Amino acid sequence: MVDILGVPMPVLMGQLLLGLINGAFYAVLSLGLALIFGLLNIINFAHGAFYMLGAFVAWLALQYLGIGYWPALIVAPLVVGVFGVIVERLLLKRLYELDHLYGLLLTFGLALVIEGTFRQLYGISGQPYQLPESLSGGINLGFMFLPKYRAWVIVASLVMCLATWLIIERTKLGALMRAATENPDLVRAFGVNVPLLVTLTYGFGVALAAFAGVLAAPIYSVNPIMGSHLIIVVFAVVVIGGMGSIMGAVVSGFMLGVFEGLTRVFWPEASSVVIFVIMAVVLMVKPAGLFGRTA
Amino acid sequence: MSKLKTALMAGIASVALAGTAQAEITNNVVKIGVLDDMSGVYADLAGEGSVLAARMAVEDAGGSVAGSPIEVISADHQNKADIAANVARQWIDTDQVDVVVDVGNSAAALAVQEVTETKGKVHLNSTAATTALTNEKCSPTGVHWTYDTYALANGTGKALVEQGAKKWFFITADYAFGHSLEENTSKAVKSAGGEVVGSVRAPFPNNDFSSYLLQAQGSGADVIAFANTGGDFVNALKQAQEFGITQSGQKIAGLLVFLTDVHSLGLESTKGLTITTGWYWDQDEDSRAWADRFAERNGGKRPTMVQAGVYSAVSHYLKAIAAIESDEGKPVVDQMKQTPINDMFAKNGKIREDGRMVHDMKLVQVKTPDESKGEWDYYKILSNIPGDQAFMPLSESTCDLVKQ
Amino acid sequence: MMGSVKMHKGLWLVLGLVALAVAPLVVYPVFLAKVLCFALFAAAFNLLLGYVGLLSFGHAAFFGFAAYCGAHVTKVWGFGPEVAILTGTAVGAGLGLVFGAIAIRRQGIYFAMVTLALAQMVYFVALQAPFTHGEDGIQGVPRRPLFGLIDIGSNIAIYYFVLAVFLIGVFIIYRTVHSPFGQILKSIRENEPRAISLGYDTDRYKLIAFVLSAGLSGLAGSTKVLVFQLASLTDVQWQMSGEVVLMTILGGMGTMLGPIVGAAVVVSMQNYLAQVGSMTTIVQGAIFVVCVLLFRRGIVGELAAFLRSRRKTPAEPESSYQQAGAAAPAPERPRGG
Repeated sequence: MVDILGVPMPVLMGQLLLGLINGAFYAVLSLGLALIFGLLNIINFAHGAFYMLGAFVAWLALQYLGIGYWPALIVAPLVVGVFGVIVERLLLKRLYELDHLYGLLLTFGLALVIEGTFRQLYGISGQPYQLPESLSGGINLGFMFLPKYRAWVIVASLVMCLATWLIIERTKLGALMRAATENPDLVRAFGVNVPLLVTLTYGFGVALAAFAGVLAAPIYSVNPIMGSHLIIVVFAVVVIGGMGSIMGAVVSGFMLGVFEGLTRVFWPEASSVVIFVIMAVVLMVKPAGLFGRTA
Repeated sequence: MSKLKTALMAGIASVALAGTAQAEITNNVVKIGVLDDMSGVYADLAGEGSVLAARMAVEDAGGSVAGSPIEVISADHQNKADIAANVARQWIDTDQVDVVVDVGNSAAALAVQEVTETKGKVHLNSTAATTALTNEKCSPTGVHWTYDTYALANGTGKALVEQGAKKWFFITADYAFGHSLEENTSKAVKSAGGEVVGSVRAPFPNNDFSSYLLQAQGSGADVIAFANTGGDFVNALKQAQEFGITQSGQKIAGLLVFLTDVHSLGLESTKGLTITTGWYWDQDEDSRAWADRFAERNGGKRPTMVQAGVYSAVSHYLKAIAAIESDEGKPVVDQMKQTPINDMFAKNGKIREDGRMVHDMKLVQVKTPDESKGEWDYYKILSNIPGDQAFMPLSESTCDLVKQ
Repeated sequence: MMGSVKMHKGLWLVLGLVALAVAPLVVYPVFLAKVLCFALFAAAFNLLLGYVGLLSFGHAAFFGFAAYCGAHVTKVWGFGPEVAILTGTAVGAGLGLVFGAIAIRRQGIYFAMVTLALAQMVYFVALQAPFTHGEDGIQGVPRRPLFGLIDIGSNIAIYYFVLAVFLIGVFIIYRTVHSPFGQILKSIRENEPRAISLGYDTDRYKLIAFVLSAGLSGLAGSTKVLVFQLASLTDVQWQMSGEVVLMTILGGMGTMLGPIVGAAVVVSMQNYLAQVGSMTTIVQGAIFVVCVLLFRRGIVGELAAFLRSRRKTPAEPESSYQQAGAAAPAPERPRGG
């Protein structure tokens, strides 16, 4: 058996693969954050809460309406996306004239309200969500047993990231979004409804978070605080990738997942802090993040 | 009439024994403060259910004791030691609370132990796990009722080694509670002839255990033991199944598993788990009757061992007050220590000088879905662990109240 | 006019001090002491947010880690409370220097994120380091006699001790804000490029302010330890960083009194809502949202604006700051990138 630094090769490979799975979640979440930041200049602190909402909507739909996993994968992001649109119209819209920090504070408050409400309603020990029948079981890769569902998480996230990238880079809507990010006034002058664009972007970013939430539901329990654990890490991912950079968000999401996996092999206790260390280092060397344009 | 007479006699007897006790109830009210996690990881297994259990104990005592009414108040400590200490202090200083009950979360419990000891008030702990409550942090007015890490470790560790699971791997929640659970269990495993082949510490709280499971899987251990609880345990177990660990022949041991955890995971995921518990609602006639009453008022949810422990502890406390007609901390606890506990929770339970309530623990196994006759029918009892074997012997105690 | 305002202020100050002195006879002293600790923490935080325009989301690190160090010094090493709080201050300032060195060049949201991430690292240190005792925290911290002479064991005594610390801390902040140094800070807040063009090394000024704010947060944290005799993870968690932002914004950033009022409101709310499950979280979140949407100046800021609008005569300048070329004390918005 080949050892690398005293760690058997299969274990290392296994951890790398697991890191990639985690990275898939980071990527989808930070992609949504980056989109929102790009156009609205808001750090969406409520992103973790929307992720949690996605999982909860899926669970509620199954519990009360009998809607299974596959439909929920579409329904839950839609529902949460609409909720996001309402939040943007009613609340965030009022802050665009002000400093971006107010957006951060507002969404922070919002996250507290949403999480608190679900804690009040459903307690905290978590609601079970069964794996979809077609994805239970797993494949033996030789070095590890890969559950089919985890493989699906990687595929689904990659597809989602790629689709988002295509929309932004290859469609007219995407072109408008990019233009509005650069210079909203000019785009408005061309007769484009910029506020609508902003609203839709927020809705879409939030829906991405909800999508990740539904993906997570069968693996982790559906839990009111599942988002607040994750959100700080995802923030660091976005900062490392460069705020507002779509590409940076996706690449650094997967990359940091892998880094975290590696740390788990060699120094497990440090795994929760390694991303923040990387962030500090990156910021000292490249203040705008790995893929950022300006600070 | 004769009841009153016995109570009176017992009262006189204990006054004579305690010497300093004044035969009176301070502020003419006995106030019970249930301090617990009402919204966090322990909310389902203790929380409002513990408050209900305390209320039921008060109602069963007739709503008053020694001529004074009994009141129950409650608060949420949000799993924060500082809030727990603060609420306990304020309750005692300004709200005339006589006894603080339950207090899940080891850190919060130790903080309350500190406050109650300084103020001379009673602390009846049911939900916390740490053995420190009856060792280095023991208090003349503190009683630890339901279970502790030593009893859990001893029960499950020994039983599994005897079943042939010799090699152990620990996945431990990286904080005081997890460490002490791992340490205690390692000792129990080794003394039963097993060995520990590895351990890994996972951050707390954590929702992805896959990489630790992978390590455990590769370690060649017979048993993967989870030294964690609540949400962490639920996640770890689900993921163990996902990665096909149980199918491949490795056993899973949950060191602290509550009835509500099994309920939320479902029997399909938990079947076959061997668990040590202080009490199970279906263990005998008395417990079933009480559990029925409890469930009726708790939305159908059956009580956990710690909720039952709260009922038992409060009942015993009230009996002691009735006996000595005083609610002064130390005399009441001294009286509690002198009378054995015989109720739906424990048979011949007894409170030791270090504050440990010693009673029989149960080794149980989670039923398969086929074996279960319905909701909440989850455990079959494998064996009874006699109290003197279940808990840490006094000779090992580091409590300074124990005369060595 | 200015003179009478000064006299008014003096009168209010005396009244305030008298109220603080007799308060423990009416209200539970431990609760009051808690309010004062958080008020000092929020005031220190406000020095940065309100007067320099930097939103730090990592102040819990200074507050909480200083609390641990203070607790260790007095519990394990047996030093008196004066050493404990000085240690706490030094630790807070030291951490502040490290944070500042990394974060100060970033602005606005970046600054917030970087401080948040750095604070998260401190949190993990607090979770892992043996001397902090993980989840249990450092418990049973003794209230040793002050200077080895004055007993501060009772609740009333500890209140007056905290009051003294609080007054010293707030006085330092007041002096800083009203010094030439404070004027430069405010000019950085209003227009950093202009301050640079005037020849000020703004990064250095910001760093000094950051270290000062961190040090005073450390003072508040280590004082709180003596009140509750306990240092725990609560104080280093990122939620605590959010709480101090809430206190400052609710009370009114950029005002002397605002953070103190905000701390009093938030702490009382936590105290009374502790009985009802997650209500504390929900209500805190809702207050956050309402403040950001409707009362950006906070309680004190709105009140002051209201009084000003009633009193103001058209020709009168709004405040002396404007004459000095800086801004009015209640800013509509902090600067960001």
